Amino acid sequence: MALKKDYEDIPGTFVFDADRGREGYQLNQFCISLRLQKNRDAFKAGEHAYLDGYKMTTEQRQAVLDRDWNRMLELGGNIYYTSKLAAYDGINFQQLAGLMTGMGDEAYRAMMVAGGRSPDGNRFQHEWDEGGDA
Amino acid sequence: MARITAGVGCSHVPAIGVAMDQGITDQPYWVPVFDGFEKSRRWMKDQKADVVFLVYNDHCTVFDASCIPTFALGCAPEFAPADEGWGPRPVPVVKNHQVLASHIAQSLILDEFDITIMNEMEVDHGLTVPMSVMFGDKGVNDEWPCLVIPLCVNVVQYPAPTGNRCYQLGKAIRRAIESFDEDLNVVIFGTGGMSHQLQYKRAGLINKEWDTQFLDRLTSDPVALSQTPHVEYLREAGSEGVEMVMWHVMRGALDDDVEEVHRHYHVPASNTAVGHIILENKKDQREPK
Ligand SMILES: [Fe+2]
Repeated sequence: MALKKDYEDIPGTFVFDADRGREGYQLNQFCISLRLQKNRDAFKAGEHAYLDGYKMTTEQRQAVLDRDWNRMLELGGNIYYTSKLAAYDGINFQQLAGLMTGMGDEAYRAMMVAGGRSPDGNRFQHEWDEGGDA
Repeated sequence: MARITAGVGCSHVPAIGVAMDQGITDQPYWVPVFDGFEKSRRWMKDQKADVVFLVYNDHCTVFDASCIPTFALGCAPEFAPADEGWGPRPVPVVKNHQVLASHIAQSLILDEFDITIMNEMEVDHGLTVPMSVMFGDKGVNDEWPCLVIPLCVNVVQYPAPTGNRCYQLGKAIRRAIESFDEDLNVVIFGTGGMSHQLQYKRAGLINKEWDTQFLDRLTSDPVALSQTPHVEYLREAGSEGVEMVMWHVMRGALDDDVEEVHRHYHVPASNTAVGHIILENKKDQREPK
């Protein structure tokens, strides 16, 4: 019997489960490699050559090269891994959230200072489909 | 014998560590975050803890995706702060009570909690930030005032252990510690949370109401609270809010009846609601030494 994924109807959210972990493995292993200076140096010396060391899908590789943060998550990336690539680019967690939400740095930061994104209208996918607070 | 006398629940937001390391805690953004830990630092000093048992998670820093232990107990002599991509935090190396850690490892497995034993491990902000907020500024050449036994929990790849499993593990940790002969005062930390979502289009979710009921029920209704299903954390407290299962380990290790001696809650630190609580076993119920 298939596992029931009762968390798949949360809008704007990927739950990094075992299936995503499998799909994103090479992408995530690439990202975490950047936590070490010698690897950051090697990546800086040539992104394409460095990426050849990881058997990612073409889509994953392109998302890395494009720094398409949401696409990486769609393809099995996890935020704690992709944040290592962001850190390499000098982007912190909050700036990354500004990019992923499409709000931009300033508006996102202002939302957080004002108390963050309310759960109201943001609990279920149907709330977004009906034109909720996306 | 060794004894757990108190528990600390505490967020471990990396930006809090960065603010301390950069010396910018007096900026208006940070003042309300750190004000709430002033009493905690005095309290922590008064405890004269010999050992902190610190429950935290690694954030894909030390553990990559090749091996994902649900519960990993730090049994190494010491744990150095890890490079998380911008250099290691300039804080002291964490020293273990290695004999007690080995005793706990052995006791837990015989008590049917099949933990992973880590004989070499670095630690990330999940461990060092709670140390910094509770003990104050320390440089690389200083020492933390007590020994630390780290328990690293997987909360990154779904599913994290259930709240119930964490709560029961807390009870087993208590049994293990209380069967250790040396007279030791142990304080247990449960860290992570509170509500936050770092990823994708719903990033920035904060649920103060949900966090507040969590803090309330930690004292008054811990068993029912530990039954909270994962999907509720994910939906109500954000995808990264599920870190809060680690607080149940701390709660399970305390008496059923505890006293809340301090609470602090502030939004935001970066993307996250900062939550903090101090719970003490009631003194009259402690056995005399
Ligand atoms: Fe965390």
